[in-house]
Amino acid sequence: MAQTVAQSTPTTPALPAKLPLKATAPWAAFFGILMLVLLYFVGAEQGATSVFSGTDVHEWVHDARHLLGFPCH
Amino acid sequence: MNSTTVRSLLVRGMLAGLAAGVLALVVAYLLGEPYVDQAIGFEEAHAHEHEIEAVSRSVQSTAGLATGVLVYGVAFGGIAALAYCFALGRVGRLTPRATALLLSGCALLAVYVVPFLKYPANPPSVGEADTIGKRTTLYFLMVLLSVLLAVAATMAGKRLAPGLGTWWATVVAVTGFVVAIGLAYAFLPVVNEVPQHFPAALLWRFRLSALAVQAVLWAGFGLLFGELAERLLNPRATAVRSPHTAPAAN
Repeated sequence: MAQTVAQSTPTTPALPAKLPLKATAPWAAFFGILMLVLLYFVGAEQGATSVFSGTDVHEWVHDARHLLGFPCH
Repeated sequence: MNSTTVRSLLVRGMLAGLAAGVLALVVAYLLGEPYVDQAIGFEEAHAHEHEIEAVSRSVQSTAGLATGVLVYGVAFGGIAALAYCFALGRVGRLTPRATALLLSGCALLAVYVVPFLKYPANPPSVGEADTIGKRTTLYFLMVLLSVLLAVAATMAGKRLAPGLGTWWATVVAVTGFVVAIGLAYAFLPVVNEVPQHFPAALLWRFRLSALAVQAVLWAGFGLLFGELAERLLNPRATAVRSPHTAPAAN
């Protein structure tokens, strides 16, 4: 790993190098949105708003929604 | 090479999130489910019409709960890993492991505890059906505000550190965060939809159990992801410190 600090010993722990913003940004944009979509389906789908009609998604994750702190119904 | 590191951290974050989700699921099932059942009992005793169950209670409290908590763990694990890629090496002189635990602690506070203090978790039968839109908007607004203010406070603290020193820069940044959150608490509308005669002790215990679920999730994530990140970013140091090669001297 080129960016890790060399010459580390147990008494002086190596401090990590920064990851360039340009390297992180595309991953953050794509996977960040994907993860938020997952959270939407766990936390809010078929509550205030619906992508799919019916209540199956809501009923399936009902207990998780209450215990994870989302407004459920 | 750097992009590979980001990908490796993202994968490890999602795996650590899944594992932390399993721990949180155990807490949610053992600690939280009895209160969900009691609250549903209250709801049924006071309801005029009885709903038809689309998904049975036994499925909701096991497979349904597991789906929700595990997906939540994986999703937040991924998001936290991406935030970690931004934070690494930028939040002070911290090792990869310490950065992970600090990030998890801040995430627990900003994503959950701060919004929870204004709009706490509610068991079934607390909350009126026709206000779900308003309550959902307010809750997500509070989460968004809290996360944005936490990021802003962190960046402000970093800017102030060279002039004020790390200690006072942190004090100023945290104070700014607390004041801004206090204003949000004061100006956002109050939601109080606890039905009459709903047991206060049940509401309190349900909310504590919801808090315990999050505490376990984020503590587990911080420790697991921190270990994985340390091994990825600092392989030689961890090999030297490993208990197999040298007995730990803590």
